[in-house]
Amino acid sequence: MATPYGGTPGTADAGELTPAATRSVHLWRHWRRYPVKVITGCGLLAFFVLLAIIGPFVAPYDPSAIGPDVLAAPSAAHLLGTTNTGQDVLSQLLVGARVTLLVGFGAAAVATAVSVIVGISAGYYAGVGGELLSMLTNIFLIIPLLPLLVVLTAFLPGAGSLIVAVVISATAWAWGARVLRAQTLALRKADFVQAARAAGERGWRIILFEILPNELAIVFSSFLFTVITAILTDAGLIFLGLGDTSQWSWGAILFWAQNNEALGTGAWWWFVPPGLCIALTGTALALINFGVDELINPSLRTAGLGRKASRAMTTEQGLTPVRRAESAELTAARGTGR
Amino acid sequence: MTAQPGLSARSPVLEIEGLCIEYGTGDGAVRAVIDVDLVLHRGEVVGLAGESGSGKSTLAYGATRLLRPPGTITGGSVVFHPDPKRPELTVDLLDAGITELRRLRWRELAIVLQSAMNALNPVLSVETQLTDTLAAHLPGSTHASRRERAADLLRLVGISPDRLRSYPHELSGGMKQRVMIAMALALEPQVVIMDEPTTALDVVTQREILQEVIELRDRLGFSVLFITHDLSLLLELADTIAVMYAGRLMEIAPARRLFAAPRHPYTAGLLASFPSLHGERRVMTGIPGSPPDLRNPPPGCPFHPRCGFAEPQCRQAMPPLAPPPGPVGWGRLVACWLQDGRADRPDEIARPEPPARPAGPVPTGQGPVQP
Amino acid sequence: MSAVDGHPPDGAALNGDRPTGATVLVARDLTKHYKVRERGLRGSVGPKRVVHAAEDISLELRAGRVSAVVGESGSGKTTLAQMLAWLIRPTAGEILLDGQRVTRRSLRAYRHRVQIVFQDPFASLNPVHDVHYHLARPLRIHRRARGRAAVDEAVEALLARVRLEPTRQFVHKMPHELSGGQRQRVAIARALAAGPSVLLADEPVSMLDVSIRLGVLNLLGDLRDTESLAILYVTHDIASARYFADTVTVMYAGRLVESGPAVEVTDHPSHPYTQLLLSAAPDPERAAPAVIKGSGAAPSLVNPPAGCRFHPRCPFAMPVCRTQRPPDVPVGPGHVAACWLRHPDHARATVHPPAGDPPA
Repeated sequence: MATPYGGTPGTADAGELTPAATRSVHLWRHWRRYPVKVITGCGLLAFFVLLAIIGPFVAPYDPSAIGPDVLAAPSAAHLLGTTNTGQDVLSQLLVGARVTLLVGFGAAAVATAVSVIVGISAGYYAGVGGELLSMLTNIFLIIPLLPLLVVLTAFLPGAGSLIVAVVISATAWAWGARVLRAQTLALRKADFVQAARAAGERGWRIILFEILPNELAIVFSSFLFTVITAILTDAGLIFLGLGDTSQWSWGAILFWAQNNEALGTGAWWWFVPPGLCIALTGTALALINFGVDELINPSLRTAGLGRKASRAMTTEQGLTPVRRAESAELTAARGTGR
Repeated sequence: MTAQPGLSARSPVLEIEGLCIEYGTGDGAVRAVIDVDLVLHRGEVVGLAGESGSGKSTLAYGATRLLRPPGTITGGSVVFHPDPKRPELTVDLLDAGITELRRLRWRELAIVLQSAMNALNPVLSVETQLTDTLAAHLPGSTHASRRERAADLLRLVGISPDRLRSYPHELSGGMKQRVMIAMALALEPQVVIMDEPTTALDVVTQREILQEVIELRDRLGFSVLFITHDLSLLLELADTIAVMYAGRLMEIAPARRLFAAPRHPYTAGLLASFPSLHGERRVMTGIPGSPPDLRNPPPGCPFHPRCGFAEPQCRQAMPPLAPPPGPVGWGRLVACWLQDGRADRPDEIARPEPPARPAGPVPTGQGPVQP
Repeated sequence: MSAVDGHPPDGAALNGDRPTGATVLVARDLTKHYKVRERGLRGSVGPKRVVHAAEDISLELRAGRVSAVVGESGSGKTTLAQMLAWLIRPTAGEILLDGQRVTRRSLRAYRHRVQIVFQDPFASLNPVHDVHYHLARPLRIHRRARGRAAVDEAVEALLARVRLEPTRQFVHKMPHELSGGQRQRVAIARALAAGPSVLLADEPVSMLDVSIRLGVLNLLGDLRDTESLAILYVTHDIASARYFADTVTVMYAGRLVESGPAVEVTDHPSHPYTQLLLSAAPDPERAAPAVIKGSGAAPSLVNPPAGCRFHPRCPFAMPVCRTQRPPDVPVGPGHVAACWLRHPDHARATVHPPAGDPPA
């Protein structure tokens, strides 16, 4: 006997049609439904990335070109003023965006890759191997980052941004690895991992294809935080004079500003813009991070409702709201039902 | 108000009428409970049976206003009669304010939640938790009297009072559940709602706890609304059983009659899903398909896609909850188009009613009155 | 037994006389002890504490037969299933597949022959992979199909075998789009994909809605018949064990206490624990109200009672029960109970009545 939903009773699940979940294609269409944080953060980050891409092409002056207007306040000719040698701050900012972001994202990418390999393996392999990896992670966690970097850059030949990026990634992976190890320890006991083992899957396949896809949210979040760390560390190193001050980056601007008493002479247009850019980039990444948390864990939002609707629903002291909407049809139907 | 099973000699203590509960608002709203009428009489044990999505837990939490948003009550009433001799005290829980509900909650209406044993505060001793409850509701009591009452309560549920000083992690699952029941009975409520109180426990502990609940009911006279997916348990425990499916009530009947002569195809199917411990083994198939998605329920009777006897009218409209035809019309209600008095009903829903039991002393576990 | 569409008609007698199948898997004296991590003060030395999760379990799985293992939580039944699935290593004892001892080297071949279905349908499928991936992996690992087309065909054949039809609709569904019953069928299909002779089912239906449990159990029963699978059915529900299994083994506190033909053990239980279980199980057909014989809770597995582990709760405990572990005493054809009460040297004059009398 066929049912209107297809299938016949006797086969499993006759009459069953679970609606398909939203595929990834639809994710982009509903961007307005995303939390405010994600939209703001993405917008801000997109702005800076755009700056990094087109910066050198739209910079009005050569950032290193010395000019006659020295320590000039922002004006029509120099939108962000000039340095003590007449260099245009805006141009420096635009050109420097590229290096700063490249080093930041590049170092973070490498660090994240290392943290994934070490962290998940440390969590999955229970025996000596796992313990060793865990110990390695802990060692790198304890070592203070900045002093280590100071020592390394002092000894390494040259101090190009590539070296700095490598050094940063060599030290920033440990935190992410620890988090991933903890998560993997929990996931390892999950039934679907046991089922993969029972099916005969090899260890590395389980790590890459069973465990890692379930930890992508953490990996992504860890990556974003590592970008912030990398940018700040890079800027910090350059500011201290240990990085590459020959290339223009936001840190370099700060270095020169500091060296030439910009704070003392009140040339706020020199050090505020690069500092603000670094801070805003960090903020953008943090906003995306928190926003993505809400996206992935809908219970952090108010159960999928819009902000206005959820406020309307909460009543006194958390009692279940009562909203009787008795329509005429309903009363009539109940009348005949008796 | 339609007559409900059996215990018409007793007055109702909780009357749920036309209750409708939804999750969310607007078009995306999910109707979790639709137009449910249920009456709990004094001293009665009513079992509420259903599978996932039946709305049984939602009903319990909604009726006591414990459901969190986006759960919303969209219709009906839940009338509580604290004293049959004083009708002026009757109150509709859905209209009550927070102060009134606080007065009623726990003193008159107690609830034992699913895996309630996890509701015990792990850093407080059992004694503290019991006396806290008492202190909250009996402001004039002394510390000593509260302690004594806590000891009494533990004895009531079969735990020795020297466990008063224990912490929750020192107690087994069964003991924790008993402590929760003791807490629920602390103020001698008139109605106790239990939502799957023994699901997480092993069979032996479950049986012991349920026997204790029945003994306490016999002794103290409170009513119980017992919610579970395990119909076979209810058949031994409840006076009346209500079967829910996809948010609607499908059948209500005294337990014995429901078991011997189900009138709804879903009830018949459910009963056929529990293998017997006796007799020859026969092939049983349960019910094909699975419970519907409440976001997209089938039109008309929600059970029709899985029903072996569905007819065109089942697809069009939900049948009303009405007494089935036959000599024993009272005490039973069923929502099925097939029970319209026709002669050729399928055998599964047309079994003869069991003979009435002679009144008199009835063994424990069956309740004082059983038609 | 006449069959319609491959299933026996409703109401037909179940599990009629079946020829004894060949023994496929043998467990001998399987034991599992877990070390308890002691966080004592530095320097404190005490005896190493151990959780005796399972001890001296011996059983046989035969082709085309279902063996049920019944017990409460903490009885060791899940530990047993995991040892047989080689997901945890036994502390002692051995497993023989077709008479051969299982070793590290033969593990791959073992996995091909012995598969497991887990209890929780919501946890046993990886939420990021679709049904096709779940079924294709074992096919590829055990080289049951090569090449995209062959794998696709095999996946659809598996879905048909577990009656998830129309198969096209299910192939690319994600786990969260499936109901509990459907997921469990996918889990069974995944186990079948490896081409096993033994299927270990660890409480396969206890987390499913009541009305669909029998559908899944009947599916397992059909697979037992059509593929001559040897099925181990682990459960806490003795009624379903009686319905589905050919033999029932009862476990308590890590040990086997009774074993025999399903109907025989449930109709005439010999061990006091089995009687306790049956008197406590929900039984609407019970003639008289349930009388529980024996109270208390399951013992700690770190310091289990000496002798018979059930003696603290047993209403019939004798002095010998407190000191000596009872042997397996035959109490009927194919039916044994580990109880001193049944031993000829200690048999009591009054025989306690079996629980669960059929209604008058």
